[in-house]
Amino acid sequence: MGYPHKPHSKETVVLSKHFGDPEARSYKGWTKRGGYEAWQQAQTMAPTAITDTVKESGLRGRGGAGFPTGLKWSFMPKEKKKPHYLCVNADESEPGTFKDREIMRWTPHALLEGTAIAMRAIQAEVAYIYIRGEFTEPYAIMERALAEANAAGAFGGLKIHLHRGAGAYICGEETALMNSIEGKRGNPRIKPPFPAAFGVFGLPTTINNVETLAAVPHILKNGAAWYKAMTLSNPKSTGTKLFSVCGHVQRPGNYEVTMGFPLKDLLYELCGGVRPGRTLKACIPGGSSVPILNREETESCLLDYEGAVEQGTMLGSGGVIVFDDTADMVYQIMRLARFYAHESCAQCTQCREGTAWTTKILERILAGQGKTADLDLLLDLSENMTGKTICVLSDSCAAPVVSGIKRFKNEFEDYIAGRRRPVMVA
Amino acid sequence: MSASTRPAHDAATEEYQPVFTGKALEQLRDILTRYPTKQGALLPALWLVQQQCGWISDRNMTEVAAVLGLTPAYVKGVVTFYTMYHQHPVGKNFVQVCTTSPCNICGAEDVVKALLEATGAKELGATSPDGSWTVIEVECLGACGFATPVLINDDFIESVSPEKVPELVRKYR
Repeated sequence: MGYPHKPHSKETVVLSKHFGDPEARSYKGWTKRGGYEAWQQAQTMAPTAITDTVKESGLRGRGGAGFPTGLKWSFMPKEKKKPHYLCVNADESEPGTFKDREIMRWTPHALLEGTAIAMRAIQAEVAYIYIRGEFTEPYAIMERALAEANAAGAFGGLKIHLHRGAGAYICGEETALMNSIEGKRGNPRIKPPFPAAFGVFGLPTTINNVETLAAVPHILKNGAAWYKAMTLSNPKSTGTKLFSVCGHVQRPGNYEVTMGFPLKDLLYELCGGVRPGRTLKACIPGGSSVPILNREETESCLLDYEGAVEQGTMLGSGGVIVFDDTADMVYQIMRLARFYAHESCAQCTQCREGTAWTTKILERILAGQGKTADLDLLLDLSENMTGKTICVLSDSCAAPVVSGIKRFKNEFEDYIAGRRRPVMVA
Repeated sequence: MSASTRPAHDAATEEYQPVFTGKALEQLRDILTRYPTKQGALLPALWLVQQQCGWISDRNMTEVAAVLGLTPAYVKGVVTFYTMYHQHPVGKNFVQVCTTSPCNICGAEDVVKALLEATGAKELGATSPDGSWTVIEVECLGACGFATPVLINDDFIESVSPEKVPELVRKYR
């Protein structure tokens, strides 16, 4: 269902089936819609059997990295010697992405059910759902749903807690998220040790994204084979995925399609294309941290992990940002760089300095004071920001800059040569 | 915020009113049961302070530190890391406007201008002379399909356009 729009016939509605239906938010309403049946089923299964089913389904992490979920669960110690934890990443902050918000707003119990099942699979008694501080409404809805489910004794001895963030994009990085739960600054940790060995409070931990966990009950209920069969292109990418589409499209919103769906159809058919009289210029298909595509690449891109890579970008979180011919790419790339400069935790030099200087140079270009050498300087900076730091925030800043210069070099050159009027004051 | 509009605060002469008494203390005790360490309760404890006081002063930080067995410097380090904790008083209505790229291309900067005008805050981060409004630009609010989202206190408002701003401001006045 293309919330807030009517469902489109080309959507494959699994996770979003009850978006827009306020009754599905209550415990009673959710059980009436078949909710918590998968959790009942999971309680009769051995933890390893749950993990194997999820492994078999091909489900991959929906937060951005696309790591196989069942495999991640299998990294947790089999023999439990210490408490195990599950952290749910609901710190959705990647520009362009707003799918987890909708899952929590409309189907809070889907997340709670998936959380409970994952807890059983990894033998955790405690789970923290880390919700970004700005998500006041989803937090309130999740709080109510959790209270209702607990009152009904839905989770037995399992303890699920909500943890409210306080404004930090970086806390969506799994190790920063764990530090934040521990009451620390949200600085990412060096890996290894990996969370399955040394996670939150130093104990074995698994971190999963909201959308990933919301898919788990469906996999248990309908079987791994059912999920695995949902693929339109590469069999390594299975199931459905929510794509949040925003920017210059007629009908922005969340759309759920089978993996491998053409990006072109998503934009032109489901979203109604760009505004009348306009043409598509560029698209970022996986949240602001992935390389920008030009029109031709956008129109050939298939929406699965491999299809995005084939076009030189990544599927990321599925946050699709659309730019039409009115967009000033230099200005928008500067805004993205400014975002990363603002959100850098400042722990690594390459990131702290690199994001700030990238922003300054882009601002200088926009102020009409750019030099021809600035483009090489930006690329050089970006190279030193890629693969050099504890986490990938710095790489994420470099991605739109490098891909932007590659694909829209003329726009940068127009500012530098004075063919375009400055839009910023130095 | 310019020095002239910044209200005097944290004066050493004022008697400090502890936050963690009565209901807030009960809430904190409940929060402490959720984490294996006292430190784990730091973010929620800071939220409780901000809900009660509107912002988090150095003396609040000292109290939180004492309650959770941390040092005031450590607490300050955490407070300053997270952008949503206010380290000085803000207007009665605190307005956060998303201006990151997806909202930016949909006209978010015009929404900011309209809000600064309609609220009388005039300048980003400044508080209106009547103390009612503070408007700030924030990075991605995670509702990009509903450009431009605006957070007024705890109310998340979707699809704000410059035309809708006067009505919106009237509602909170």
